[in-house]
Amino acid sequence: MRGYNMDLLNLIAAKANYWTYIILMMVGFYALIAKNNLVKKIVGMTIFQTAVLLFYVSMSTKKGGTIPILHHGETTSLDPGHVSALVNVADYVNPLPHVLMLTAIVVGVATLGVALSLAIKVYKTYGTLEEDEINLQLRNG
Amino acid sequence: MLNTFPAIIIVVPLLAALLIAGISFIDRRACFPIGVAALLISFAGAVAMLVNVVSTGVAMEYRFGGWAGPMGIVYVIDHLSALVLVVITGIALVNLVSSRQTIIDELKEKDGAFVALYLLFTAGLVGMTATGDAFNLYVLLEITSLSGYALIGLGSERAPLASLKYLFLGTIGATFYLVGVGYLYIATGSLNMVDLATIIPGLMDSGVILFAFIFCMTGLFVKMAMFPVHGWLPGAYSEASSPAAGLIAPLTTKVMIYILIRICLSVFSVEYVFANLDVGQIMVWLAIATIVFGSVSALAQTNYRRMLTYIIIAEVGYMVGGFFLGNKMGMSGAMLHIVNDAVMTLCLFMVAGIVVNRMKTDDRDGFKGLFRSMPFTMAGFVLAALSIIGVPPTCGFFSKWYLILGGVAAGNYWFVAALIFSSLVNAVLFFRLFEIAYFEPFGDDHHGESPGAGAVGIKEAPMIMLLPFLAVSFLLIVLGVYSGRIVTNIIYFAIPGGII
Amino acid sequence: MTMETILSVKPLLAVLVSLAVIPFIVLSKDRNVREGWTFFAGAAKFLLILSMLPAVLKGKDVVYTAVQIFPNLGIAFRVDAFGMLFALVASSLWIITSIYSVGYMRSLDEHSQTRYFSFFAVALSATIGVAFSANLLTLYLFYEMLSLATYPLVTHHQDKEARSSGRKYLLYILGGSIGLALPAMMITYHFTGTLDFTTQGVMVGNINSGLALLLSLMFLFGFAKVGIMPMHSWLPAAMVAPTPVSALLHAVAVVKVGAFSVVRVLTGIVGVDLLAQYHISWIIAAIASITIVVASLIALSQDELKRRLAFSTIGQLSYIVLGVTLLSTSGMTGGILHIAMHAFGKITLFFCAGAIFCATGIKNISEMKGLGRQMPITMTAFLIGSLSVIGLPPCGGFISKWYLVLGTVESGQLIFLLVLLVSSLLNAAYFLPVFYNAFFVRRSEELLDNRLNEAPRWCLVALMITSGISIVLFFYPQPFLNLAKLAVAAAVG
Repeated sequence: MRGYNMDLLNLIAAKANYWTYIILMMVGFYALIAKNNLVKKIVGMTIFQTAVLLFYVSMSTKKGGTIPILHHGETTSLDPGHVSALVNVADYVNPLPHVLMLTAIVVGVATLGVALSLAIKVYKTYGTLEEDEINLQLRNG
Repeated sequence: MLNTFPAIIIVVPLLAALLIAGISFIDRRACFPIGVAALLISFAGAVAMLVNVVSTGVAMEYRFGGWAGPMGIVYVIDHLSALVLVVITGIALVNLVSSRQTIIDELKEKDGAFVALYLLFTAGLVGMTATGDAFNLYVLLEITSLSGYALIGLGSERAPLASLKYLFLGTIGATFYLVGVGYLYIATGSLNMVDLATIIPGLMDSGVILFAFIFCMTGLFVKMAMFPVHGWLPGAYSEASSPAAGLIAPLTTKVMIYILIRICLSVFSVEYVFANLDVGQIMVWLAIATIVFGSVSALAQTNYRRMLTYIIIAEVGYMVGGFFLGNKMGMSGAMLHIVNDAVMTLCLFMVAGIVVNRMKTDDRDGFKGLFRSMPFTMAGFVLAALSIIGVPPTCGFFSKWYLILGGVAAGNYWFVAALIFSSLVNAVLFFRLFEIAYFEPFGDDHHGESPGAGAVGIKEAPMIMLLPFLAVSFLLIVLGVYSGRIVTNIIYFAIPGGII
Repeated sequence: MTMETILSVKPLLAVLVSLAVIPFIVLSKDRNVREGWTFFAGAAKFLLILSMLPAVLKGKDVVYTAVQIFPNLGIAFRVDAFGMLFALVASSLWIITSIYSVGYMRSLDEHSQTRYFSFFAVALSATIGVAFSANLLTLYLFYEMLSLATYPLVTHHQDKEARSSGRKYLLYILGGSIGLALPAMMITYHFTGTLDFTTQGVMVGNINSGLALLLSLMFLFGFAKVGIMPMHSWLPAAMVAPTPVSALLHAVAVVKVGAFSVVRVLTGIVGVDLLAQYHISWIIAAIASITIVVASLIALSQDELKRRLAFSTIGQLSYIVLGVTLLSTSGMTGGILHIAMHAFGKITLFFCAGAIFCATGIKNISEMKGLGRQMPITMTAFLIGSLSVIGLPPCGGFISKWYLVLGTVESGQLIFLLVLLVSSLLNAAYFLPVFYNAFFVRRSEELLDNRLNEAPRWCLVALMITSGISIVLFFYPQPFLNLAKLAVAAAVG
């Protein structure tokens, strides 16, 4: 019985990053779908997108890896642009997902900006940000 | 020079958009010509590339920053992407030119911003089509979507809300796609499409690849408004301004379908999708549901543009179903329909633009008596309607030709039935409009000779709207007659060898 | 049997000439000039078609491919005996109908005449296109073009009644062609790989009996213009159209296009041998027979003359289908010949109906008492037309009926002989009372209408020509009989 519990715990612990991002994604998704207030929906959407950021970044980590920045001292060649073959790739965290997520963060910010400006326009038109009140106004013409 | 074209066709509109955004503060009148010029360059480039690819039979490649794949971002122009690029740039160009007056009238001081967004949107679409990198696709997808949200939001009073709804669903879709790409990266370590295609066949039993596939597909389905995640489309497309609708409606869903085809064929490979996963049948059922739902919903609409949006949903079903039939005819039909449907939709939305311009309404009643007052517009409208219904020799018939042949070849007679059902419903929809335009208002003028054409108040659309529109309607017949050649010379090359 | 073929652009020209004059029709300022263009196009078309007749009579087909769409399929024309017969009938009658139209439309001062003449030209273009089609795709294209071109003609009056009739028209015709004929065409193409009209058809060896029967029935009901029951209701509804429209389109062009298409598909796609082998011919013949009898019975109950004529047409069209499905030489000859004979007879009857309406405003048979006194020429022409349709000498209809009767005997299917006899009796029963009413019943004084003594001049000319031709055809049924015989020979191979 205890072994079984340990296995489950191990399973969760080993994939902790995936569980985190999935839970976060579901939280955001829930807020996006179920909440009534438009700004809350937007917040949910942002959480949703951030979860994916976490997912990517977490996939790039390594146990004992360091940040992927080269010190000048590590190159042995006289040519400063030439990266030495002695660089041990296994020491560094994978930089590519980080780079990708920089882009994704920008996309997220832009989306947030557009969403908020649309929300402002909605507020100006309907005087409220609650979706049910807006629907009521729409139905009444 | 030619090998820089893949970059030029996206960079030019992108830079022009920035330029226009700046210039709009100084001299608003310069915005429009710059926009048209940029699109013209892109269109010329796209046509040149298509000609090149067809004549040499070899795909073109452009490496950004000189970095070769799979490390760098590479743009690949093969037969299918070249064809779709011509469609995108062509439609964007024609729509911009014909919408000039409407942009000035409806958007007033925001016209510079509008044209800038327009160019950004087009640049995004072009990039999505040309790119050979999975993540780059996401970036351009979002560029397109964000410009789209903004373009739609600049429409009627209800537009911001519709756009916001679109934004929510669209972001979900794009994010799902991003998750899918993430799983792909975890499993393969690569983002380059060609590279992925070589790695995935060795990983067919992997659960990670399966999840990647599911997430990517789901994301794309949301973006292309398949049933049941179509909810954003009717509102967004009908509340947008005419010029925006004329750009977004013909192109967005079609390019998404192109991406679906690209991902299934070039990344995940045919063996995986059809043999290993065997999702073909389920997808066709989903497509049938989309077709039926779209057609039936269209019947219930009294607003012309809303009716068009549901027709678009049904047409998406055509293409997805045709592709997932898994045979040569079906896939050719789906790819051909990308081209044909884009042109047909453009035509119909141009009619909406003209009717709104003259009659100030996009409701069905705006069509009253139009056969008498706008005979040329109606002539083009009749051609577009016949194309959607599927009457030869318009292009819509020939798409259906391939799709039905594909259905028969696959033995999937439900799909054939859905296509026929949709054609009949479209006939009802458009003849209802013809009736309104032809019979109403009911008068008592059974007698009395009416002299030559010009007498009884012909108030046609302005030339700048009418001429491009008539050219596009005429194109429907040209495309129809050339469909065999398009398929044999271009589309057949896009279908992998193993498909019969 | 390999046909010697001649390559010529004439078939395409024959189709296009009426389309080409439409801009001139639309832009004419003077109505006589406008009508002149119609006559010019009609004459040009007729002469073009006539010029190909000698070659066809010698057994050579004229071919031309207009557009190659797919590697093995395109918009192509082939003028053979069968197509030539139909094209001659349609083009000659267009000229005569135009004469009639002028009289009719002007005397009633109808609106939108420019639109009327323009769409008439399109409809004729489509009809000749169907006649000269070399494959099923081309036929389908022109068939649909005809459906669409005749819609504005049927709904010419643009009132509520026209709208609902128009809906019924489209429901049956477009519903049939898109819902039944199109899938049938695609399935055929999938299994056989071709849609060219070939001797003995293309289905041999590629399609099994059940599918062949299904496809044949889909084509039969899909080409709803042939009026096989239950796809017939559009025809009486379409009688709201002005009479010249009814005359040409519903007695000659539209319905004959339906019959032509069905016969073409049965002989050129399914194939005569296949029809016999799988007993498809028997089933279709039975369906046609039912239509003949039921339509004739319904015709008896109609008081409005045009409706009675409409149901008569429904029955007569099924004669054509029946004749072909008898599969005997005489039967097929009779069926094909009936396309021509019935056309001239029926159009005379419609001309008379319209003339009566023009002159007196009367639509119903019960009101036509004593009309013979006022309109002797019209009613005599009516008698001739009736005799032709019933199938009595000295009118052309007798020749086709004769061959049909011979055909039933030849094929040994005597039940169809019974059908022919019964329906002839019924034909007489619903036509002769009109004539009787007109000539042998005295008109009560208050009904005497002195508005016009006879029909408008142009109308009279037209109906005299067609009734005259009906009589001439009895004595000299060429070239139609030769063409019919050649067509049968080509179908049987």
